Amino acid sequence: MKPILEINNISKKFRINHEQQPYLSLRDSISNIFKSAKTTEDFWALKDVSFNVEQGDTVGIIGKNGAGKSTLLKILSKITPPTSGKIVCRGRIASLLEVGTGFHPELSGRENIFMNGSILGMRRNEILKNFDAIVDFASVEKFIDTPIKHYSSGMQLRLAFAVAAFLENEILIIDEVLAVGDAEFQKKCMGKMGDISQSGRTILFVSHNMSSLQSLCSKGILLQKGISEGVTTMSTSVREYLYGNSSLSNGHEIYDQQINSKKKAQILETKILNAQGEITNHINTYEDIYVEITWINNSGEAVNASIELHNYNGKAIMWAADTTIDWFGKNKTQKQKFVSTVKIPGNWLKGDEYFVRPGLYCSAPSALLDIKAHGLHFSLVDPCDEKCIARGNFKETFEPFTHVTALDWTFLIK
Amino acid sequence: MEYEIKPQNKFSLGLKELWEYRELFYFFTWRDVKVKYKQTVLGFLWAILQPLFMTLVFTVFISDSIVQKTQLAIPYPVFALSGMLLWGIFSGGMSNAANSMVNNANIIKKIYFPRLIIPISAILVALVDFFMAFIIFIILLFIYKVQINYVALLFLPISILITSLASMGCGTLLAALNIKYRDVRYVIPFLVQGLLFLTPVLYPINISKNPVAQFVLKLNPISGSLELMRGMFLGYTINYEIVYISIGSSLFLFVIGIVYFRKTESYFADLA
Repeated sequence: MKPILEINNISKKFRINHEQQPYLSLRDSISNIFKSAKTTEDFWALKDVSFNVEQGDTVGIIGKNGAGKSTLLKILSKITPPTSGKIVCRGRIASLLEVGTGFHPELSGRENIFMNGSILGMRRNEILKNFDAIVDFASVEKFIDTPIKHYSSGMQLRLAFAVAAFLENEILIIDEVLAVGDAEFQKKCMGKMGDISQSGRTILFVSHNMSSLQSLCSKGILLQKGISEGVTTMSTSVREYLYGNSSLSNGHEIYDQQINSKKKAQILETKILNAQGEITNHINTYEDIYVEITWINNSGEAVNASIELHNYNGKAIMWAADTTIDWFGKNKTQKQKFVSTVKIPGNWLKGDEYFVRPGLYCSAPSALLDIKAHGLHFSLVDPCDEKCIARGNFKETFEPFTHVTALDWTFLIK
Repeated sequence: MEYEIKPQNKFSLGLKELWEYRELFYFFTWRDVKVKYKQTVLGFLWAILQPLFMTLVFTVFISDSIVQKTQLAIPYPVFALSGMLLWGIFSGGMSNAANSMVNNANIIKKIYFPRLIIPISAILVALVDFFMAFIIFIILLFIYKVQINYVALLFLPISILITSLASMGCGTLLAALNIKYRDVRYVIPFLVQGLLFLTPVLYPINISKNPVAQFVLKLNPISGSLELMRGMFLGYTINYEIVYISIGSSLFLFVIGIVYFRKTESYFADLA
C-alpha cells in the first residue's frame, strides 16, 4: 500500500525584514523602490524535509522552538504553500493547530459547536449526529445555551477539544493542544487520541511533552533548524532531541584527559559495570549496577563525586553524591586522582533506559565543578520473573512510575 | 482520494472546492448576522435606521430643490430610501468584505478553507440587512400610496445581483489589499462616503448636464441597478443604456477583484 502522506523535499522560505515594519504600507512600498534592496534576508524555516507516513501511524514531531514544526504543520494543512517541494496526500486532513478556531465569545456553546465544526470541515449532519456525544465529552450540558464568553477558560477548551475529537478525517494534525486544561481532562484527551490511533487513523502530533509523545506515538520526526533526518522510532527521536545524535557509548566513556588547571576538578572517565565488574549497558532490573567515575582533583579543595539519573523523557529522576569523603569534613581529598564507585541497587528502578551524568561537587562553598551530560546510558531489562522481587511477574508497564522498588514488607494473619 | 500540496503556479477559481465547503457560507453569514446585533437594544432596527436617517435628512433639507430640478415623478422619500437600501448592499458589503480577512486573521492562520468564503459571506450579511430593511420600505410604499409596476418588479433580483457583483469585486480586491497594506482600513470609510455622492442614490441621474458628471454616473455599476430597482415604481422609465453599462462595469470589477484575490490568497496566512 502506498503511504498516506508523502512529503518530498519540502522547503519554506520567509523573508525577514530588517527594518522595523510591523505592516507594509503603500507609502513604504513606493519609497522602497528608491532604496537599495539590501534590507531583507531570506530565512529557510524548512529545508528539504522529506518523509513518508504510513496509514495508521502516530507520528510525533519534536524540535526546539523555531525548528520549523509549526511551519511544517501549516504546510500540511494547506494554510501556507511550500516554497518548493511536493506533498502527496491520500486522505482528508483535519488540522488542529489551535483548539477552538472560530469560536466566537458572543455565540452560545451550541452555536459554537456548529461554527467550529464546520470550519474544521465537518458537515452539518455529521455535527448533528455527534452533537450529544460532543456535549457529553465536554461536560457542558448545563451551559450549552450560554454565550461562551461566560464560560471558564477550561470549559471553553473542553468544548473546543470535544468538537475536534469527533472529526472523522483520515489524517489528524495536532499542535500542542494539550498544553492547557486540568490533569483529568488531559488524560481524557490522551485517551481519546489513543482511541483515534487505534481506529487506524493517522495522527501527526507536535508536542514538547516527551512522555505524552512517547505514550501516544510509535514514530517520531526530529526537526532541527528546518532540517529533518526523516522518520525514526519515537524513542530514537526523543533521545536525539534530548542528547544530540552523538553515537551512544557502550557503557564506557573517556573524556578529555588534558589536565585543565583552571578547573578545580575534572572527570576523566566513567564506566557502567555489572556485579561481575564487566563494562556493559544492558543490565537486568534485579542486578546491582556500578558506576565508576575516575576523576582528578586539581586544586586540593574539598571535592565530592555525584551522579544524576535521567530517564528517556528527559526527566531527572535521581541525584546522589558521595558524602563519605569530603562532606562534613570527612576524609579530606588531596591533589590527586580518585576512582569513586557507586552502587545502584537492583530491584529499585523499573525497566527502562537511563542516562547517567557523573558530576563533581565542591561542598563548601557548594558549587558544581564538573558534569558530563553526554550519552552515557544503560538499559534496565525487566525479565519479569521470580528474581524481580519488586514486581514479581505482574504484567504492567508502570507507566507513571520511575521506580519499582523492593521494600521491606511484613504481614500478619488476622 | 489523492491530492497534492505544492507551490501555487496555475490559476484557477476553485469553484469545485467552494462547492465542497458551501456550508461554510451559511455558517459565516449566520455568525456575523447573529453577532452583529447581539447586546444591542434595537437589534435589527439598526439595519434600517441608518438609511432611514439619511433619507430623512435629505428629504427635509434638499429634496425640494432636487425634485424641482429633475421633475421627479415619485415621492422623494420613497425614491431616496430605495436608493439607500440598494446602496447599503454595495457599501455595507464592500466595507464588511474589505475588513473581513483582517478580522478573521486568527482563523486564516490556523485552518484551511477556500478563502473566498470569508468576503463573500460578508456580502451576504449586507444582503440580509437589505432584506430586513426592505420590510420597512414596503411599509413606506403603502404610506405614500406608490403605484407598483409588477412586471418591473422582476428586475429587482437582477438589480440586487448587479450590486452584489460590484460589491464583491471591490470587496475582495480591498480585502486582499488590506491583508498586505493596512492603509486600506482607513481608505474604506472615505471611499464609501465619497462614492455615495458619485452614485445617483439620493438624486436622479439627470441632475447634472455636465458631461463629466454624466460620464462618471453612467459608468458607475450601481447606477444601472438603481435604474432597474426604481423601475418598479409606476411611471418611472428605465434608461436601459445605463443598465447595460452597469452590467459590464460590475462584471469587470467582479473579475478584477476575484482574480486578484485568488492570485494572492495563498500568502494571506504569512502576511496576516
